[in-house]
Amino acid sequence: MASELQSARKTETVFRTENLNIYYGDFLAVRDISIEIPKNKITAFIGPSGCGKSTVLRCFNRLNDLIKSFHLDGKLFYHDQDLYAPEIDPVEVRRQIGMVFQKPNPFPKSIYDNVAFGPRLLGYKGDMDELVERSLKQAALWDDIKDKLKAMGTDLSGGQQQRLCIARAIAVQPDVILMDEPCSALDPISTLKVEDLLQELKEKYTILIVTHNMQQASRASDRTAFFNVEANAKGQRTGYIVEYDRTEVIFQSPKEQATQAYVSGRFG
Amino acid sequence: MATSPSQTAMPTERSQSSRVLDKAFVWLTGAFAIGVGFVLLAIAFRVGTDALPAIQKFGLSFLTTSRWSVNDEVFGALTQIYGTLVTSFIALLIAVPIGIGVALFLSEDYLPPRIKQPVVFLIELLAAIPSVVYGLWGIFVLIPLLKPFGIWLNTNFGWIPLFSTAPSGPGIYVAGIILSIMILPIIAAISRDSLVAVPAEIRQAAYGLGATRWETIFQVILPAAFSGIVGGIMLALGRAMGETMAVTMVIGNSNSISPSILSQGSTVSSLLANQFAEAGGLQVSSLMYAALILFGLTLVVNVLAEIIVRRFSLKL
Repeated sequence: MASELQSARKTETVFRTENLNIYYGDFLAVRDISIEIPKNKITAFIGPSGCGKSTVLRCFNRLNDLIKSFHLDGKLFYHDQDLYAPEIDPVEVRRQIGMVFQKPNPFPKSIYDNVAFGPRLLGYKGDMDELVERSLKQAALWDDIKDKLKAMGTDLSGGQQQRLCIARAIAVQPDVILMDEPCSALDPISTLKVEDLLQELKEKYTILIVTHNMQQASRASDRTAFFNVEANAKGQRTGYIVEYDRTEVIFQSPKEQATQAYVSGRFG
Repeated sequence: MATSPSQTAMPTERSQSSRVLDKAFVWLTGAFAIGVGFVLLAIAFRVGTDALPAIQKFGLSFLTTSRWSVNDEVFGALTQIYGTLVTSFIALLIAVPIGIGVALFLSEDYLPPRIKQPVVFLIELLAAIPSVVYGLWGIFVLIPLLKPFGIWLNTNFGWIPLFSTAPSGPGIYVAGIILSIMILPIIAAISRDSLVAVPAEIRQAAYGLGATRWETIFQVILPAAFSGIVGGIMLALGRAMGETMAVTMVIGNSNSISPSILSQGSTVSSLLANQFAEAGGLQVSSLMYAALILFGLTLVVNVLAEIIVRRFSLKL
């Protein structure tokens, strides 16, 4: 199965969804998601709170599977492979598609063990020291901590912790990195560091980033999907994509009124 | 600043009585806290002074000899110290894996909450059973139940010193098993609390890296909860070493030392419970000495627990 997923890493479109509807029990959380995510680009999901950006993001590595009431219909293709086909093991999906979370969440282990965690799980046989160093360098953290690899990851500053989490994610050499508001708990300087890092990482990885910060989306991303939310008669709020295009189009000449209103700061 | 209350403006000054009350509250709670510490010291001091004659007479040989003769006024508590350690060890051997297993099962989302809550409650209720009830249950239910198993162990594995005596009913292994049931809820409840306290973000991080549920539990959740679990185990060990009633009822109270867990024995606490009523003179002093040793043992366990909890506590 790993090989199916691995050999799937060919097409220029990394993800393609067709009429994806996401439910929690009977509740329709997000509807009609049909988008294509291109390779080696940064795709940003923006929109007001509760519009389902993170929910959609977590479908791409099947992390929503951990929620018992979750189910979806429609199709989600990773390259050409249906990600929700019955023969696909969600654990293997997550080994291809890394994730960085909103709140920095290093393990209460040493910096080294944090980065080596994923590779050890996968039974990596190569030079672990070298891999850890390379991952930390890619995450622009190496110079900060190269003398204290044995220190606890949880003792680092917030911005360093988040870069450690990025290093941990790229240590397993994933194809895609999902980032769920990775800078929302960080100060402006750490945020800029992470944004600079994104530009370097996209050479090797495809990045999807959920953000509340519109400047961040306009600065850092190549493509932007604007999500909105509407309530039905029962008061249930369902998210959907209003507009998805190149980032400069979304921010400078959006086709939809709602997008224009949101990116100009009139609501949300 | 004037201490008299202001007349027309909003009274921003605190009244005298409020200040006094504040002070009084600090003093009162301080006195409680110091009082509790003082009680501990007073008990230790009294036990220590009463034990002094026996300490002077027997010295450290009290710890290494097992003769307990009231007529000759020769006392040694090796049998009891050995019994205390062995029963506690058996109890931990059984209760630690089961307790942590129970805690793991109840901290994960295997059960729907409306079934899980009652199960958690039932396990914690085990701790509420009075120890004399455990003892009674041990005598009338557990001993008959275990006897065939003890005989089977002795006939098939009698060549192992651990099972080298024929079981007579009560015995060290019965006491160990009773203790394991008594300390199980402590281990399970405290371990569960520390497992539940592991932040959900860490769990998600492990899943996000492609860890399975087992890999997540064993490589991330358990290590993160380690200090709390060890703290719970140490607390349980303290309880097991000091437990008196149930143990006295099922251990047989013989003063013989044997490598076999099927034989009868006694613990420090069962010795005290059995002998204090008719004791006099040097015997009282010797009992106090034994009590002091038990006191020291539990103290060591608690200090160790504290050190381990601090050393490995989760820094987040």
